[in-house]
Amino acid sequence: MSSTPRTLLDKIWDSHVVCTPPGELPLLYIDRHLVHEVTSPQAFEGLRLAGRPVRRPEATFATPDHNIPTTDRRLPIADPISKQQIDTLRNNCREFGVRLFDLGDADQGIVHVIGPELGITQPGMTIVCGDSHTATHGALGALAFGIGTSEVEHVLATQTLRQAKPKSLELRVEGSLHPGVTAKDLVLYLIGRLSTEGGTGHVIEYTGPCIRRLGMEERMTVCNMSIEAGARAGMIAPDQITFDYLRGRDYAPRNFDRAVAEWERFPGDPDAVFDRVEIFQGGDVVPQVTWGTNPAQVVGIDATVPDPTAFGDPNERESGSRALDYMGLRGGTKIVDIPLDRVFIGSCTNSRIEDLRAAASVVRGYRVAPTVHAMVVPGSGRVKRQAEQEGLDRVFRDAGFEWREAGCSMCLGMNPDTLTPGQRCASTSNRNFEGRQGKGGRTHLVSPAMAAAAAVTGHFTDIRHWLYR
Amino acid sequence: MQPFINHTGVVASLDRANVDTDQIIPKQFLKRIERTGFGQFLFFDWRFLPDGSPNPAFELNQPIVAGASVLLARRNFGCGSSREHAPWALADYGFKVVIAPTFADIFFNNCFQNGMVPIRLAEEDVEELFRRARAAEAAGGPYRLHVDLPSCTVSDDAGFSRPFTVDPFRKRCLLEGLDDIALSLQHVDAIAAWEAAHAAPAGE
Repeated sequence: MSSTPRTLLDKIWDSHVVCTPPGELPLLYIDRHLVHEVTSPQAFEGLRLAGRPVRRPEATFATPDHNIPTTDRRLPIADPISKQQIDTLRNNCREFGVRLFDLGDADQGIVHVIGPELGITQPGMTIVCGDSHTATHGALGALAFGIGTSEVEHVLATQTLRQAKPKSLELRVEGSLHPGVTAKDLVLYLIGRLSTEGGTGHVIEYTGPCIRRLGMEERMTVCNMSIEAGARAGMIAPDQITFDYLRGRDYAPRNFDRAVAEWERFPGDPDAVFDRVEIFQGGDVVPQVTWGTNPAQVVGIDATVPDPTAFGDPNERESGSRALDYMGLRGGTKIVDIPLDRVFIGSCTNSRIEDLRAAASVVRGYRVAPTVHAMVVPGSGRVKRQAEQEGLDRVFRDAGFEWREAGCSMCLGMNPDTLTPGQRCASTSNRNFEGRQGKGGRTHLVSPAMAAAAAVTGHFTDIRHWLYR
Repeated sequence: MQPFINHTGVVASLDRANVDTDQIIPKQFLKRIERTGFGQFLFFDWRFLPDGSPNPAFELNQPIVAGASVLLARRNFGCGSSREHAPWALADYGFKVVIAPTFADIFFNNCFQNGMVPIRLAEEDVEELFRRARAAEAAGGPYRLHVDLPSCTVSDDAGFSRPFTVDPFRKRCLLEGLDDIALSLQHVDAIAAWEAAHAAPAGE
């Protein structure tokens, strides 16, 4: 029964093609559809206008996250337009029978945090959401990718998507990471090497010993940022770490051992061929800091801000110069000399319990610099409660951090958590685009530990030399 | 969806790489629950000064490109967020065609759902179009391009003509203005059969 060796992507893809009608794109079956308030209202409205039901409400899960305040949840939402969008999600979920983890629900949170946390995300599944960071779920060995609102409507109505099969890109990371270097540093480093469009048209599978050593939440951080290299999705083959993570979660299979036996068939065959392979060394990675306005504009903490006029590629030269202008930086400045006004620890990239533990261990026994306004926004209600049980909230509060309710918050600043023009922020989020955290705001992407250290010293600080108290 | 067969329009040049969807439509305008009305917010932070007046330095505010319906851009156009509000804003503003050397995947897919054609041309062809647009504008007139979908060609009145490729299925949907959900629902038996065959997949 042996046939052509297949990759993880091939196996998931092949098992989900419903049909390929002559002259049409394949219809790919979607196992799980995650929905949030910003990219779904027009999709539900489309269903209503056409008189179509949601085909599989039990495979569809919704939560408000992008737009919601992270302050006291007992207070009404001040922004009437935000409130309308959240009310619309509520009404749509009620009308179409979709499970909603609403504000006030103990399991509400960022959609990409709660999916794995509740065990909704499982190996071998196809998962979509109207959000580009859906690749996060690929960390559990799923094919997960972001879609537009018209496609959200298509999935709601048909439980399928029209998709051409993407190409496969193996990113193999050999060796291991040095102490103080995290999954966030690794993925920023990889994006810097690949460029923001290096992965376009591809699904990345991260492989190699360095990836295998990463814990489940670290793998989520890596897969989360695949889109920042332009990739359709990022994935990591499931292994014992994946199975141990999922066991006992609310939506995990009841017959778990039988499910594991299924899942063990998904990792790619040893001699499967990828369309493209890139190899990196984990030991080459140092803590990373972005200096520009896209995530590939990144250097090590021990470097200086580059001089874009020296770049060979004219596009890079132009966008680098524009970025430095926007960021208010000059080539040659040491990264450790850049002072900060704000620190944001949160987002679907870095708001899980291990992220908060890492940040808290840096902060313990220190105070936030008087020039810095720092906040921690847990990724979900569960993460928040867990952190409070461990006393992490006390560590942050005692140091002068604000401790908030779960949501996307200042990753994209759709809610009231924003930078003011000119403010400079060390952020554990995923995008440093112009205005991303607020018009005129200047974002530097870093790991949770690096963000915490910067909050204490008021400028970027090499976490590898940190004196833990 | 309105069918797209061919189009002739004024070209607006946006000489920047990696234009992300946060720039195309900033997040403060994503709270609407309609598909329409986003054109007024297109490129908002570049297009308007802090006092709300049009930024005279921004490419789309140049009088010579008034009424532009073909957008010319650089590599990796539409990167970042999956927000379909980006093509909604471009279409609502009046764009029917976007030409660039490369596009981000999700943005590229989203265009087709909105009757807008994203055209990939070789980097040197895009460079040539930028040059021709600058020359036409320096001579006092806007630069116009013709896009013909049945033959998949983009051309001007001065000898430029290049073929481009579109997935045949996407092309048919554009030409006929098809509702792709209705089209997919024609295969509902195959979908039901898949579901029956996978009634107890791993995980349930």
